Amino acid sequence: MKDTSLFHKALTISLEEHPYIEDFLNSFGLDVEPGPNSLQQYLDNLDPDKLEDLGINYQQLCQSLNDFLAGMLTLKEPLDKVDSLTIIGGRDKSGNAENIDLVLKPGEVICIVGPTGSGKSRLLADIEWVAQGDTPTGRKILINNQVPDSKWRFSTEHKLVAQLSQNMNFVMDLSAEEFIRMHAESRLVTNPEEKVAQILKQANQLAGEMFHPDTPVTSLSGGQSRALMIADMAILSKSPIALIDEIENAGIDRKKALDLLVQEEKIILMATHDPILALMGDRRLVIKNGGINKLIESSEAERKNLKSLEELDNKLLALRNRIRSGETLEEI
Amino acid sequence: MRFLTVSGPPSSGKTSVILRVIEAIQAREKKIGVVKFDCLLTEDDKLYAKKGVLVKKGLSGALCPDHYFVSNIESCVTWGHEHNCEYLISESAGLCNRCSPHINEITAVCVIDNLSGINTPRKIGPMLKSADIVVITKGDIVSQAEREVFASRVKQVNPGAIIMNVNGITGQGAFELTSLFEEASDIETLKGKTLRFSMPAALCSYCLGETRIGEEYQTGNIRKMDI
Repeated sequence: MKDTSLFHKALTISLEEHPYIEDFLNSFGLDVEPGPNSLQQYLDNLDPDKLEDLGINYQQLCQSLNDFLAGMLTLKEPLDKVDSLTIIGGRDKSGNAENIDLVLKPGEVICIVGPTGSGKSRLLADIEWVAQGDTPTGRKILINNQVPDSKWRFSTEHKLVAQLSQNMNFVMDLSAEEFIRMHAESRLVTNPEEKVAQILKQANQLAGEMFHPDTPVTSLSGGQSRALMIADMAILSKSPIALIDEIENAGIDRKKALDLLVQEEKIILMATHDPILALMGDRRLVIKNGGINKLIESSEAERKNLKSLEELDNKLLALRNRIRSGETLEEI
Repeated sequence: MRFLTVSGPPSSGKTSVILRVIEAIQAREKKIGVVKFDCLLTEDDKLYAKKGVLVKKGLSGALCPDHYFVSNIESCVTWGHEHNCEYLISESAGLCNRCSPHINEITAVCVIDNLSGINTPRKIGPMLKSADIVVITKGDIVSQAEREVFASRVKQVNPGAIIMNVNGITGQGAFELTSLFEEASDIETLKGKTLRFSMPAALCSYCLGETRIGEEYQTGNIRKMDI
């Protein structure tokens, strides 16, 4: 889908309409300024020796620019709606059939439980890869009850799955605000400033301790980082499926975090051993020996227990806050 | 024989990724050969040998590593073919960021890691910009958002490539990467093939062993900074 007219408009117009062209050229070490010349003329006038010094040639640059613009157009297209995700069982590590057809709907939370090494990550990976019997488990994944387009596998613009891993470390030398803005820009959202403000606000509501937008991401506490990433995933990510690898207990309101994700009409799969999170889910998949061993529906009795578990949890949270503010715990 | 060139900055995880792919290829009972190029020293050939694959090691020593690569790769391919390898993987580090071992019509893979810094994709030349597959490693150490930002920076400099996250330690993503290796170029020889991009030139007195600093010792292909 090549927009050839773009190459023949004056740079003053094309750079205004597509500001990411300038950033693209900068990333190859090239400068560009608005002017009456067209993008095509600009490319044709580039000195081949200069290009060679920059480690690129004319053909490759034009090819990359075309691919880049095509990618940007895809990013602007609306995402195909996902109304259901079906997991058709394969086999466990010993070759026993899983005998399961599981249909998941947006807004649903499925917990995945099982010991380390039991195959939780493989299940999440099968979904991300939209497996078609071509992974070690032989599972098949359907989207909207159909074999999905294989574009889901490699698309960076339209990822089917956003994954929130246990690790929330940052290595980039940016403030929380700068970092989220950079993420928003990379996703070409239409109103980045508004989204950034919204994410920071939500993150602060989830985190036990407030943080300022100027705080470097590398200085955020574990809870603050998790809160920021969950808010970012809920508000910025277009992926219809969220995979969560355990929301750790410390410093974050887990119920609010989950509610926020559910609100965005995502299908949520969460690997967890936390009783509160597990009971918040609608169903639980038990993984054993690499296979789906059992499906448990959260029962009425369990839901009742959830209340008392939450009370316990709130009590602990209150104690934690008292310790934080320098109180003693002689009376609890 | 399916042949691929794998390159990437030092310590980006090339060997770990290749080892994980080897495990997946071996599960399909295919014969694999690896050619490891390095400069001064490498122990990686032992890691490969331990996996039971055929290994050839090439150390460039006092020569420019990529010039050394291109002068030897044709014989390496012949060697792999003669030993009935079904897969041959060449591994070389891009040491100056301007070098690239990638060959036209041969599947080219670049390995780069999430920890290398947000501007690194821009700094790496044809090794990254002309690769068909870009593998991003060490994703388990950073957050989802940071992985996405890094991948979008890679996408910006090589929008045509397939970009994949692979964990060299746990092997997450290696199975999926292997399915791309199965579609790699099938060849018997490199005769008549060309490099995707010229290698940086150096033909000056220092190439020939000159060590003294000063105008009078500089002859050949010299370029001066504007100071």
